Amino acid sequence: MQKSRLTRDWKECIWGWFFILPTMLGLIILNIIPIVQTIYQSFFKTGSFGRGNIFVGLENYKNLIEDSSVWQSLINTFKYAIVEVPLSIVIALVLAVMLNRKMRGRTFYRTIFFLPMVVAPAAVAMVWRWLFNSEFGLLNKLLNTVGIGEVNWLSDPKITVYVVAMVGVWSVIGYNMVLFLAGLQEIPRDFYEASEIDGANVFQQFFHITLPQISPTMFFVLVTRIIASFQVFDMILMMVDRSSPALPKTQSLVYLFYRYAFVENNKGYGSAIVVLLLVIIMIITVIQMIMQKKWVHYE
Amino acid sequence: MKKIKYGTVIKHILLVTGAIIMLVPFVWMILTSFKTISEATQMNPFVIFPSEWRIDAFENVIRKMDFLKLYLNTFLMIAGRILCAVLTATMAGYAFARLKFKGKNFCFALVLFQMMVPTQIFIIPQYLMVSKIGMLNTLFSLLFPGLVTAFGTFLLKQNYMSLPKELEEAARLDGCNIGQTFLYVMMPLTKASMVALGIFTALFAYKDLMWPLIANTEQSTMTLAPALSKLQGQFSSNYPELMAASLIACLPMIILYLLFQKQFVEGIATSGGKL
Repeated sequence: MQKSRLTRDWKECIWGWFFILPTMLGLIILNIIPIVQTIYQSFFKTGSFGRGNIFVGLENYKNLIEDSSVWQSLINTFKYAIVEVPLSIVIALVLAVMLNRKMRGRTFYRTIFFLPMVVAPAAVAMVWRWLFNSEFGLLNKLLNTVGIGEVNWLSDPKITVYVVAMVGVWSVIGYNMVLFLAGLQEIPRDFYEASEIDGANVFQQFFHITLPQISPTMFFVLVTRIIASFQVFDMILMMVDRSSPALPKTQSLVYLFYRYAFVENNKGYGSAIVVLLLVIIMIITVIQMIMQKKWVHYE
Repeated sequence: MKKIKYGTVIKHILLVTGAIIMLVPFVWMILTSFKTISEATQMNPFVIFPSEWRIDAFENVIRKMDFLKLYLNTFLMIAGRILCAVLTATMAGYAFARLKFKGKNFCFALVLFQMMVPTQIFIIPQYLMVSKIGMLNTLFSLLFPGLVTAFGTFLLKQNYMSLPKELEEAARLDGCNIGQTFLYVMMPLTKASMVALGIFTALFAYKDLMWPLIANTEQSTMTLAPALSKLQGQFSSNYPELMAASLIACLPMIILYLLFQKQFVEGIATSGGKL
């Protein structure tokens, strides 16, 4: 008995490792080793194609701290996130609440709001670039007819980062909305019925039932959106020209990483930038984990 | 009673306005792609429709870009990544959820850790690896970052954990070994999660720009997203052609989405909601 039990455990162990082996191998090669390598690389100055690595200690990090373009791109990233995250969440939540009850055209609306999720940012950014074109774009033409002069949406350093963030909001609303809709479905109907008997209006219901009940979903959306918004890249690459005077005040940390690592081939410095990104994202995520105890209601 | 009607009207007005804003870029993309350059750049904003629906822009752009090849490469990349992701994640998800073995908790901690790290941190070493084995500009390089998926493993594990224990026990009593139990009893029950992971993987691969941009610089293995970004660099002011190209690039996925709308939305909702 004891023996067969042992062989059974042993068999299970072999099966277990057999099942996870491909994933673990891949994970180690594709992710774990690269993390170590990236951190290692950030202490080196890179020759072309990874050859001729010269150990420079903390020099990359010293340069990073003294590099005003890094700080500026960090500020840009924050600006982007501060517009994109709250706006996309609030609008998506309002839409989800409106579409939660059975109504006419519900599927139709849901289909439309989700549509930007299935198109490549590379394609859609091109369309927005065209809409925002300062000479011939639809937006400026319309503004022109009401007497407002040209706005340089994508070349005015003061506004471009917000314009890109608005496009970010547009492209992610549907995703957030679908997650909220799934969360709203979980709220028991009788909560609302009971509150109706107590004479609560729609707004009271929203703040006292919907919002607390949906807070776990909200937490998830918030965490993933913040992380994603800190990685904004495609939209900036596609919408803002290399020659645009707005680029220094729009480029994100990841955009800067891409330029250093793959255009200027300075892999060491690129690695240092991406380590900085990792540290920032980790800090923000930890803060959110601590804060969640204050506002997320789990059953 | 009247009050409720009032609310419904406002609701619909808001929704319709929102829907229009969501659709404007798509409509403008379609309209512009059928115009001539001079029509597209006319100053009067109320020239909405092309005077004549021309397909010149499409013809030009198809001549410049080998869309058949781009579709094929993109399709192969997506199909390959779905296959790898679903296969590896299903196996690993089952083991993490249902089997007892040494080192399980540590391995799963690695899976969770990967999910919390921004993907850009892997890119330089991944690029150097692919370049070292001489596989840049191949289909393999397009698949490479997607060979396994921590997210998918987590998603499938959650699904396996929610299945009743009795099923598995019954299968084992009937003489199935672990592999058979998995293959014939458990795996078929996670079809919905597998579809969700497939859709998630497909969208992610289709939208990814940075990796194909750096791993693929040759025409023969180019995919849609980087091809568009290259096109924009070359013909940045010919808007009818740029719009025609993005329309051609978007259309297959939009059609798939409209056909399998429910699966798309639910796939994203479950894969998001399970985390």
